[in-house]
Amino acid sequence: MSDTPNNKSLFADETIDGQIATLNLGPTHPATHGIFQNVLTVDGEKILDSVQTVGYIHRAFEKLAERRPYNQITPITDRLNYCSSPINNMGWEMTMEKLIGVQVPKKVDYMRVIIMELARIADHLVCNSVIGVDTGALTGFTYMFQQREAIYELYEEVCGARLTTNIGRIGGFERDFSPTFHVKLKKFLKEFNKHFQEFDDLLLRNRIFMDRTIKAGPISAERALDYGFTGPNLRAAGVDYDVRVMTPYSSYEDFDFDIPVGTQGDTYDRFCVRQEEVRQSLRIIEQAYTNMPEGKHFSPDVPEFYLPPKADVYTKMEALIYHFKIVMGETPVPVGEVYHAVEGGNGELGFHLISDGGRTPYRLQFRRPCFIYYQAYPEMIKGQTISDAVLTLSSLNVIAGELDA
Amino acid sequence: MIIKLIIVVVLFAVTLGIAAYLTLMERKVAAWMQDRIGPDRAGPFGLLQPLADGGKMFFKEDFRPTNADKWLFIIGPGIAMFTSLITGAVIPWGPDLQLFGETISLQVADVNIGILFIMGAVSIGVYGIMIGGWASNNKFALFGAIRASSQMISYELAMGVSVITIVMMTGSLSMRDIVDQQHGFWQDGWFSWNVFKQPICFVVFLITALAECNRAPFDLPECESELIGGYHTEYGAMKLGFFLFAEYVNMFISCAVISALFFGGYNFPGMDYFSGNTLAILGTLVFFAKTFFFIFVFMWIRWTLPRFRYDQLMHIGWKKMIPIALINLLITGVVIAYTEGWFSKDKSNESASNAKIEQPLGVNTSPEKTKTGNSL
Repeated sequence: MSDTPNNKSLFADETIDGQIATLNLGPTHPATHGIFQNVLTVDGEKILDSVQTVGYIHRAFEKLAERRPYNQITPITDRLNYCSSPINNMGWEMTMEKLIGVQVPKKVDYMRVIIMELARIADHLVCNSVIGVDTGALTGFTYMFQQREAIYELYEEVCGARLTTNIGRIGGFERDFSPTFHVKLKKFLKEFNKHFQEFDDLLLRNRIFMDRTIKAGPISAERALDYGFTGPNLRAAGVDYDVRVMTPYSSYEDFDFDIPVGTQGDTYDRFCVRQEEVRQSLRIIEQAYTNMPEGKHFSPDVPEFYLPPKADVYTKMEALIYHFKIVMGETPVPVGEVYHAVEGGNGELGFHLISDGGRTPYRLQFRRPCFIYYQAYPEMIKGQTISDAVLTLSSLNVIAGELDA
Repeated sequence: MIIKLIIVVVLFAVTLGIAAYLTLMERKVAAWMQDRIGPDRAGPFGLLQPLADGGKMFFKEDFRPTNADKWLFIIGPGIAMFTSLITGAVIPWGPDLQLFGETISLQVADVNIGILFIMGAVSIGVYGIMIGGWASNNKFALFGAIRASSQMISYELAMGVSVITIVMMTGSLSMRDIVDQQHGFWQDGWFSWNVFKQPICFVVFLITALAECNRAPFDLPECESELIGGYHTEYGAMKLGFFLFAEYVNMFISCAVISALFFGGYNFPGMDYFSGNTLAILGTLVFFAKTFFFIFVFMWIRWTLPRFRYDQLMHIGWKKMIPIALINLLITGVVIAYTEGWFSKDKSNESASNAKIEQPLGVNTSPEKTKTGNSL
């Protein structure tokens, strides 16, 4: 039991008749939204203790990355937090650009910001609507998934894929935004707010929803920082840490947006912070879209990473060589060690890359926020009910793919 | 006797048929609210979907977990189905029908304790859930069963008290009497339906009926996000079908009881212009229309509201519903006593608020009460 003031138990600390039971919440339980196990020690509905098991879908991404050429690591990052894979893709691309020391054109930055903020919206929509589902309100979920569908159609326009996007390249985008993308984005920006407000009205001030989520799975700012929380979950606890502001990347310093913070760090605060972040993301997208600079959609400085156009490959010697080297994964990189972090869908997603100059990373470590949240989960649900535990898990937005990597 | 038997069979078939099509209605309503299409593959507009579902349920493997109690595992869904079906027996489905020179009452049994029968049957219904949940030998099922039983006990009290209020007003436990007293729509200067005389009682009854049917926001016994399937986690095939079916039958009966107790049953405005079989048919149709309206309300609530937490559910049941129902009962008692003349010594003290409530209650048409009124 945490001794934080807001982590208040619902019941007295003693069990009624000293009888406790063990309950397996997971690995395949509808509430886990993925595969991870919680072995709960319960007295009736109250959780006395819990033990977490991770690794059910561990796919050894870090080891896998050591065997792969740099370009081929992007698809691996898709499968981390699959609710916002574009952020992962671009975080990795920016890490690589940091390592090889290339400055991408401003336009690429702005394009990336648009895609990343769309991904953040999609991620938060999934998280918040699933909180709704876990409280029993299914309807908001379907409303929001229509909007997520619109975002996925935008991804489709940019890269052709929807869930595992593999969007963008090291050095930019493989092609400029298509005319259809512009049409769909304008439509999305125009219509999204109305539908989002509807969802907001459905849950935010709903008495039952508030009773359910307020004081469910709280964590204090101190404990959250101790654990290494980042992202919306830390901001819900009251710490205004946001990678986009603290260490701006991809020209985030150009945009005007607010960082919402909560006070209690409970499920309701996490919900509210995410709701507000969606609105702020929309603001960023609008700014990025209206102020989109002219220029190229890729950096011409990295021909050894950015695949040349097919026409050039057949007509120009250099292009053919680069094409061969990129496809065969034979591009050497400078020796070095970089850490680059982006504000992922649910926290600071960091890439710690050590290169020994070879064709593959010497070591690549992903700083996965979900892994960190899940360590705090036992403490957060101690003394709460099973219902609260389910809500806490969904509001932390622990995604199995990222947790187990 | 033959006629009664026919009515029993017809009622049985109608209840089952309606329950089956309620599953389709639920899915269609949900789809409508969630901006989806809903089932539309089986038959036109998905009308054959319930048959397809039922067929699927029947032909699936009748699975029983290794450590489950064999007989109780079967008895559980049986009780749930049985109790939900017998409640329909005392509900008056329509005015008397004249057929072949005989008066046929559209009710299986006009027992003089109709309401008590319904309450009793409903409370037995929870045994099915309890037994089923316990016999599954699964902790989630047991949790569901525990939640179901405590929920039933808590909400049955408030439901009982609100029914007592109605019984006090009408002076009868028979469903037919209660419905008949709500004749027409406007009587003696006030609406004749009980909902206008006892709005608080109606709200309490509606909420407790939701809880008794295990409908959202009180669907804790089977809340899928926490307890997987609750009490029916381990059930499959038609045994699961029985549980789900019983739930829809319960919802249908509950809505019928609500419309009978509070919305005048088969009474409708302007019913005095009709008589005989026209009235009987119209009345039955009106009764079903009212019932389906409440079924729709139940579904509407389910697809709108989140569900409560277990302790909040108990809190609402014991600390809100029961006191409200009791206070309402007390006020009703005082007003009835006032109109019956218990405080008649000092008539000039008649307060405005009392007079206001007296008006709706002053519609008692039973002869002895009229006599009491005259003797004042």
